[in-house]
Amino acid sequence: MLALLALVLGFASLLMGPANLPVSEIVTGLLSRDGIASVIAQQIRFPRAALALLVGAALGASGAALQGLFRNPLAEPGVTGVTSVAGLGAVIAFYFGFASAHPVLLPTFAVVGALASACILYLLSRAGAGAVALVLGGVAIASLATALTALALSLSPNPYAMSEIVVWMMGSLKDRTLSDLAFAAPLVVFGIILLLTAARGLDALILGEEAAHSLGVNIHGIRRRVVLGVALATGAATAAAGAVSFVGLVVPHLLRPFYGYEPAKLIFPSALGAAALVTAADIAVRLISPDEKLPLGVLTALLGAPFFVWLILGMRRDR
Amino acid sequence: MTAPLVFEGVAAGYRGRPVLRDISLSFAAGAVTGLVGPNGAGKTTLFRIALRLLTPQIGTVRLQDKELASWSATALARTIAYLPQEAEAHWPVQARKLVALGRLPHCAAFASLSGADEAAIDDALSRCDAKEFEGRRMDELSAGERARLLFARALAVGAPVLLADEPAAHLDPAHQLRLMELLRTEASRGTAVIVTLHDLSLASRFCDKVVVMNDGQVVADGAANEVLDDTVLRSVFAISARRLENGIVPWQRV
Repeated sequence: MLALLALVLGFASLLMGPANLPVSEIVTGLLSRDGIASVIAQQIRFPRAALALLVGAALGASGAALQGLFRNPLAEPGVTGVTSVAGLGAVIAFYFGFASAHPVLLPTFAVVGALASACILYLLSRAGAGAVALVLGGVAIASLATALTALALSLSPNPYAMSEIVVWMMGSLKDRTLSDLAFAAPLVVFGIILLLTAARGLDALILGEEAAHSLGVNIHGIRRRVVLGVALATGAATAAAGAVSFVGLVVPHLLRPFYGYEPAKLIFPSALGAAALVTAADIAVRLISPDEKLPLGVLTALLGAPFFVWLILGMRRDR
Repeated sequence: MTAPLVFEGVAAGYRGRPVLRDISLSFAAGAVTGLVGPNGAGKTTLFRIALRLLTPQIGTVRLQDKELASWSATALARTIAYLPQEAEAHWPVQARKLVALGRLPHCAAFASLSGADEAAIDDALSRCDAKEFEGRRMDELSAGERARLLFARALAVGAPVLLADEPAAHLDPAHQLRLMELLRTEASRGTAVIVTLHDLSLASRFCDKVVVMNDGQVVADGAANEVLDDTVLRSVFAISARRLENGIVPWQRV
């Protein structure tokens, strides 16, 4: 059902754009080789719709896997700072001109950034940091990344580079091309597959690390796979869409009761659900302000931040 | 018949801090062995060695006459079941799903549970009288019911060696007695049951053998009423006890 929802929304996203094309022209445009409609459908609408699905899937699966690994419903690429550092990596790529030197360098820098922050989180969790410490650690990582990003902005050589960085940081899927899609897709897909291979280990972690180990689960292997999978998927998603926060937090949390609170079962539905959510948000952004003054990342943060607070209040009540 | 789990001259520690020294013990099949001793005596560390979470610096550990280090992770997981201290479920999964986790060592990757697995889960649930709430979520159950389910999870492994770390702590008296009875039943099926206990009354009543540990060493090893004599109680636990027909009650600090 979630897959169907994601597909329907993805198709709806294809129909949205400044050129008012009817449904039939978009469909024929997607399949034909020439004509204005085919250029719009294949070069503009399709990359945007597909990237929305892909970015959502990456964030949803990453959120579900991180929550399973840390056994903590607050873990998420955004909250834990992975997105911010991926963003910093991309900004560095912009700043030093790597991004324009070769298109593959931008996602590479973002993935390296995501990997670095995911490794710090991993070390924090290994040092026995609890739920609160992890979130605080994430806050520290995110603030550091934000500060360095601000430094890059203030040192920015020209206003054009600066505005490019700012727009990109706010998180948007505007004007994405097929080559953006081509770079992001394999990384996201590989990342999610890696997360799915860790699924059974995440189930065993319900019992705690030592009991999971006693069941023959290689805990270090599970951690490595989750950290690498999250870094690849989130890094690629951030490189493609900028900072889209809270999606990885909200979607797994909402879906969890429907999948019996089992971490393994949750990863794939979270990917589908988040794909649907990001696509819906990207459609909403275009409906609310057709000139796209409301960036996608701002919308998800506006909706996600209150949810995060509500989640923390709920956790306190449980204790 | 040789004992399934044997420690020979084992010494171990964490980062240069020695925790265990010269441990030689054998744990028999079909018996409940109680490990007692003050906090920090090294009881949990002994378990960690058996689970290969910690490698001994000196000495050898043999499981079913085979050196522990030579076991594959899966075979080891099928042979030693472990119930950690203060065990809890970190997500409120359905009770039966929790018990089913005990079958992980028997499942191939990505395979679903077989008929034998389901039977083992049913058996573990009914032995712990937990069948009636197998469909409930863990957060809907009482602490005593959760403890029983977590124990059923360890039983579901079907391993010939069972390690339980303080399973009776934090339980009310009725649940404590229930848990000790379950340990005895498991031993009567031929399992080598090894349990750490702070409660000397439970240890003296329910264990076939008691191992007293202090400061990383084995102080005494044998039948409960022989091992827990006045000298040991005073020197290790700094208490005196009143003696019943088949057990002791810690009575006074000395």
